[in-house]
Amino acid sequence: MSDDGNLTAKQRLKIPPVPMPEQPADVRRANIREVPLGYTPDQAVAEAERCLMCKKPVCIQGCPVEVDIPHFIRLVRERRFHEAALVVKQTNVLPAVCGRVCPQEDQCQQVCTVTKSHKDIHRSVKIGNLERFVADWDLEHHPDIEVPDVRKTGRRVAIVGSGPAGLTAAGDLARMGHDVTVFEALHRPGGVLVYGIPEFRLPKAIVDREVDNLRRLGVRIVCNVAIGKSRTLEDLFREGYEAVFVGTGAGLPIFKKIPGENLLGVYSANEYLTRANLMDAYNFPHASDTPIIRGHNVVTFGGGNVAMDAARTALRLGAETSTILYRRSEKEMPARLDEIAHAKEEGVVLRMLQDAIEILGDEDGWVTGVRCLRMALGEPDASGRRRPVPIEGSEFVIPADVVVVAIGNGPNPLVPKTSPEIRTNKWGNIVADPRTGKTSMRGVWAGGDIVLGAATVILAMGEGRKAARSIDEYLRTGVWEESPAAEAAPAPA
Amino acid sequence: MAAILTNDNIAPAVFRMVVVAPEVARSRRAGQFVIVRPGPGGERIPLTIADADPERGTITLIYQVVGKTTAVMSLMDPGAEIADVAGPLGQPTHVERFGRVACVGGGIGIAPLYPIAQAMKAAGNDVTAVLGARTRDLLILEPEMRAVVDRVVVVTDDGSYGAKGFVTDALRGLIDSGERPDLVVAIGPTIMMKMVSLLTKEAGVRTLVSLNTIMVDGTGMCGGCRVTVGGQVKFVCVDGPEFDGHQVDFDEMMKRLRTYRRQEAESYEAFRTRHRCRLMERNAEARG
Ligand SMILES: Cc1cc2nc3c(=O)[nH]c(=O)nc-3n(C[C@H](O)[C@H](O)[C@H](O)COP(=O)(O)OP(=O)(O)OC[C@H]3O[C@@H](n4cnc5c(N)ncnc54)[C@H](O)[C@@H]3O)c2cc1C
Ligand code: SF4
Ligand code: FES
Repeated sequence: MSDDGNLTAKQRLKIPPVPMPEQPADVRRANIREVPLGYTPDQAVAEAERCLMCKKPVCIQGCPVEVDIPHFIRLVRERRFHEAALVVKQTNVLPAVCGRVCPQEDQCQQVCTVTKSHKDIHRSVKIGNLERFVADWDLEHHPDIEVPDVRKTGRRVAIVGSGPAGLTAAGDLARMGHDVTVFEALHRPGGVLVYGIPEFRLPKAIVDREVDNLRRLGVRIVCNVAIGKSRTLEDLFREGYEAVFVGTGAGLPIFKKIPGENLLGVYSANEYLTRANLMDAYNFPHASDTPIIRGHNVVTFGGGNVAMDAARTALRLGAETSTILYRRSEKEMPARLDEIAHAKEEGVVLRMLQDAIEILGDEDGWVTGVRCLRMALGEPDASGRRRPVPIEGSEFVIPADVVVVAIGNGPNPLVPKTSPEIRTNKWGNIVADPRTGKTSMRGVWAGGDIVLGAATVILAMGEGRKAARSIDEYLRTGVWEESPAAEAAPAPA
Repeated sequence: MAAILTNDNIAPAVFRMVVVAPEVARSRRAGQFVIVRPGPGGERIPLTIADADPERGTITLIYQVVGKTTAVMSLMDPGAEIADVAGPLGQPTHVERFGRVACVGGGIGIAPLYPIAQAMKAAGNDVTAVLGARTRDLLILEPEMRAVVDRVVVVTDDGSYGAKGFVTDALRGLIDSGERPDLVVAIGPTIMMKMVSLLTKEAGVRTLVSLNTIMVDGTGMCGGCRVTVGGQVKFVCVDGPEFDGHQVDFDEMMKRLRTYRRQEAESYEAFRTRHRCRLMERNAEARG
């Protein structure tokens, strides 16, 4: 039925979604390999049949970078996978990453006509799964990217930070012929994609491949350099860079500021995940020298992707129980639906409407438990979500030997601190023109989490792309006009 | 990649390594450190920059073999490469003309103290170095210190060299002598910094300590290096490494330093069993 195209909308609406094959929960909780295994070509084609090819494809508007979704899905239906991948790549430079980590249920899949017809987000066209399929298919069958034969401009651009924002800006600028150097503070490029998001959700090999592609485009990647420390932005200009893009992310861990947070066995999610992912502590003491405390009872605070990643990492490190403590209800959890579902299947216990007020420890300083309070939902707060209010006298203690604090990250202060000419808002985010990414300092652009607050991969990518366009224009025209819109930068989420 | 030029044993289990790191050599200032990852699968550890030669583009690291990572480093030959050297990181020491400065160093802490003493002297201070070690063999950088400061007082726990006693004894002598320092900079084992700070707090002498906590990234991203200073949580890698010794919660810090003691011992033991002969040959065995 794949090629006849004669199904009616009604018939298509009756096709059930094609589930993505996965490692069984009891198997995968003991390994770090990727959980979803990807569609086969037949599965992808079957899923593609569910798309209605809407005249007004609302899904495109739901996508932050406006991937031409029905177009690529039609090509999947016709088994023209490479062409499908090219359509996606026109606007999304990291489709293998985004297919895996985008919050599709808040974007394209939320507004998809099929979702609306069924009034059920779980029945949407699985756009993310299809995006992942075409990206993986293409990586396998067309691993060598085309290096465009552009005229080199000889203009030097520095990119600070190698997360999705920086990588995207670097790729676009290189394709425009500019001479691009990426500076990364850590020893491995990729930002959150390599230090934060675990292997079981985003294999590092995918990120490495994207980075290799950039190198093939002629981008220089210099690791172990923290801009603001060994050199400042001003130094970069002195060295001959004409434009700088700052994509340093939201890497400053926020703690709850409750008693006991400095006990042994209490981690920020950043530290816990960095040890496990970037430093490979899963393999301590054999292939890795970086230790991590393998708790029996691990308790994670928070309700976002970061909390899910930490709680599921704990299971893979051998925890008997892994519990998430969240102040609001499951409905308010910002994590992707898939991650919540996966966490539950693997046995992560979600304790909703409960909040930690103290971490308890023994004489030697080791964590022994968490004192909690039950919460009720009150009036909506500034974010529009109902504010959790403590229930008097509802205190209780749960045992814990590892606690992971995953309640958010603030902007990385290193660059703004050493280049005071760059304006920041009261949270410390760099203020940038939402149209161009220009900051208050001439020749400096910023984008991604450092501007938006902890946001998403796709938004960071979009920001890198936007800035690249503006940088290119600046390099060609030399015009840096005042950007009044910089005043109106969005507040962090 | 950073090429190793020399890697010399300078005291039992203590090594001086000179590596090529031109950018660090050019921009580092006293008090700053680097994060080193010796090779694939290696751990990231902070090491203070003991010296630098901007012309040659080299930095000097002095480290004591205390676990697997430093043991691995001790076996690296000149010509080999360190996979990653990131830095300089941390805030440089605030150097100005304070008047009389006492630089108190214990054990391996004398290494990070050396560039600070040098900078303090260059800023016009009268500098006394109080150097302590368990025993004579373990005293490092004494001649180098003598060359840059006004006077050196040596103490050893066992009295094998200099006066017998602890650095606090010598420091108390200095404070009582009428040549009271205006500033004390103390670097060494945490317990030593704690004792020095207790003493100087009582005596009302301003004191800086340089903290050597566990670190991962060294850029303020993980919070693993956090300490409590004056009731506030600080990240040593970006807010420090130097802090007002009178404000630091040393007891909490000492506990946190023990977090991975068991894991570290396990991985160090496994490495030692495999490389015992070479470690012995290199004089890299910490104790006996
Ligand atoms: C655990 C976790 C899970 C997540 N899951 C998802 C998800 O499922 N879906 C999703 O869309 N988003 C997710 N996010 C959010 C997403 O990863 C971020 O929004 C995105 O990575 C931001 O990209 P960025 O390029 O702005 O910055 P980052 O990815 O943070 O990269 C910034 C880079 O800059 C480097 N850097 C910082 N300062 C300097 C300096 N001074 N000099 C040189 N380099 C510097 C840092 O080391 C880092 O490598 C998750 C985040 C975390 C932490
Ligand atoms: S809204 Fe849904 S059904 Fe319509 S084109 Fe987009 S993916 Fe297809
Ligand atoms: S070492 Fe990670 S924040 Fe200091």
